[in-house]
Amino acid sequence: MFKNLKKFEVNRLEILGLKGNYDKKLMPKLSNKDIKKLYEAMILTRIFDRKALNLQRQGRLGTYASMDGQEASIIGSAYALKKEDWLFPSFRENGALILRGQPMNELFMYWGGDERGMNIPKNVNNFPISIPVGTQILHAVGVAMAAKIKKHKICSLVYFGDGATSEGDFHEGLNMAGVYKAPVVFICQNNQWAISVPREKQTASETLAQKAIAYGFNGIQVDGNDILAVYKATKDALDNARKGKGPTLIECHTYRINDHTTSDDAKKYRDVKEVEEWKKKDPIVKLWNFMKKKKLWTRKYETKLIAKLTKNVEDAVKKAESMPKPKVDDMFKFVYKNMTERQKKELSEING
Amino acid sequence: MAKLNLVEAINLGLKQEMKRDKNVIILGEDVGKDGGVFRVTDGLQKIFGEKRVFDTPLCESGIVGTSIGMAVYGLRPVCEIQFEGFIMPAFDQIITHLARIRNRSRGRFNVPLVIRCPHGGGIRALEHHSDCPEVLFSHIPGLKVVIPSTPYDAKGLLASAIMDEDPVIFFEPKKIYRSIKEEVPEKEYTIPIGKAKILQKGNDITIISYGAIIHKVKEACDKINDISCEIIDLRTLSPLDEETIIESVKKTGRVLIVHEAPKMFGVGAEISALINENVLTSLEAPIERVTGFDVVVPLPKLEDYHIPSIGRIINGIKKVINFS
Repeated sequence: MFKNLKKFEVNRLEILGLKGNYDKKLMPKLSNKDIKKLYEAMILTRIFDRKALNLQRQGRLGTYASMDGQEASIIGSAYALKKEDWLFPSFRENGALILRGQPMNELFMYWGGDERGMNIPKNVNNFPISIPVGTQILHAVGVAMAAKIKKHKICSLVYFGDGATSEGDFHEGLNMAGVYKAPVVFICQNNQWAISVPREKQTASETLAQKAIAYGFNGIQVDGNDILAVYKATKDALDNARKGKGPTLIECHTYRINDHTTSDDAKKYRDVKEVEEWKKKDPIVKLWNFMKKKKLWTRKYETKLIAKLTKNVEDAVKKAESMPKPKVDDMFKFVYKNMTERQKKELSEING
Repeated sequence: MAKLNLVEAINLGLKQEMKRDKNVIILGEDVGKDGGVFRVTDGLQKIFGEKRVFDTPLCESGIVGTSIGMAVYGLRPVCEIQFEGFIMPAFDQIITHLARIRNRSRGRFNVPLVIRCPHGGGIRALEHHSDCPEVLFSHIPGLKVVIPSTPYDAKGLLASAIMDEDPVIFFEPKKIYRSIKEEVPEKEYTIPIGKAKILQKGNDITIISYGAIIHKVKEACDKINDISCEIIDLRTLSPLDEETIIESVKKTGRVLIVHEAPKMFGVGAEISALINENVLTSLEAPIERVTGFDVVVPLPKLEDYHIPSIGRIINGIKKVINFS
């Protein structure tokens, strides 16, 4: 005899259509001002991104990972956080870091190879950029566990990509979050490609969202190019976490329009036609159509906005590039709270 | 003052630190009701509750990774890795993040985390239960590596490790978990990290060692009455107490380094180079190393050949002394 023990379902959330149409029943509580803020943050993310790519080509930045096409996933999720919540980035979320208050000039410094750029302001609960795939997931779970132990109503949110779901730390992190009902939201930016490996070769699971089921909590897939859907899913997940209902995994189904990083050439492994198809689903255009329909957008607004944000980005670049080079003792200063005797000796050898 | 063994001293130390600072928590595999497979955390869950002493799923990377998050948030986790052979799944988190978060964040975040872990062989155990991986961690800037050899030192060093603002890998020589007892004060005290101890003063030879094997070094020295041995117990491998080593070598001019871990790229190699760089002209004989062999740690039938014996240590001492 086989007895059915449990049936599972996996849902996908979509609110915005391509032409500005939307699902009224699912529309999250967002004022017109909020909608504009979301739009402006996405535009800023793209301007920052294009500037960074340009600077890299000119040799003024190091290797850089573009966010192009993923602005809704990045901004919609971060916008749902409270200031006191904690954000754990991977390396493709500059827009979220800026939205939360990290200065753009410092991010340009960081990508330009100046570690002083990761000196995150004390009042911003962003963790430093984490390069090794998926490893930051555990830190977010740890912060959530600690907040719960200390009875603080604080949540953590962590970003990672589709490739990260194959890493051990993803599974250990989700498992522990489930066991301790940690107030954490997992944002998987499924952009279809882990460098050259397509999503289908990453896992045999039909969705990444369903991986949450095995760990005893909810997973949901959202249209990752629909900022209203991303916001709603994240807001609901955070509300649940704050109420003590534990973690949620959100799979943002989106697409990496650019190469993996500036060191990569995606033409070698993927069809340009696929990229063109996804460009039609541009997350910024999607919200733009919605705003036009809602009469929240005028050409004048757009012109002024782009001029202002472009100037902000240009100013940040100027500020970053006018910084004098760090002093050599900078690399010794933060290894330990106090320099070891050996480090002092090594530093004095450099200084002569 | 009570006579305590290593397990009891560490247990008392944990209890006192948890009483002193409510942010100190304990997590790991079987550390709760079971009190750990070596009983080091025995009874602590009963006193401090399941919120402060809790079992984790079987996931070493998860234990260390979440402890990093908890430490960054303001707790002082003391996590236990059940055996040193099982620390490898956590190696990524330790090297990739634990050691680097202070530097990466320019000091905004620090990780006051203690990883407790049994160390070394001599207990007739299975594979992966008798290793000495201390140099893997001592090589990494950003970590501190401590390894006490007595109950008194263990309690004092543990208190310092828990109070430290930087991560500490705290190795516990399991061979001597219960075999040595000594007077351990009830009151709280600390022993500074980064300070070696001169276990025995002497003039003819400096013997540098640490961990369980130091007790064999002491026995070896006791057997040779005509040689005045100075024994240094490093207690901390990183940061290394260079001054104590250098001062002793200046006095004796002869050096033997003894450790259970393999010789290749080991603590002995580092100390030997340190002496060459600083006090080469004080040396009256080449530096000698008596260590575990460069082999995979053998199972119990051959274990005694691998771990340096008193005989090998005595031969090492004689070789250095007789050089002219």
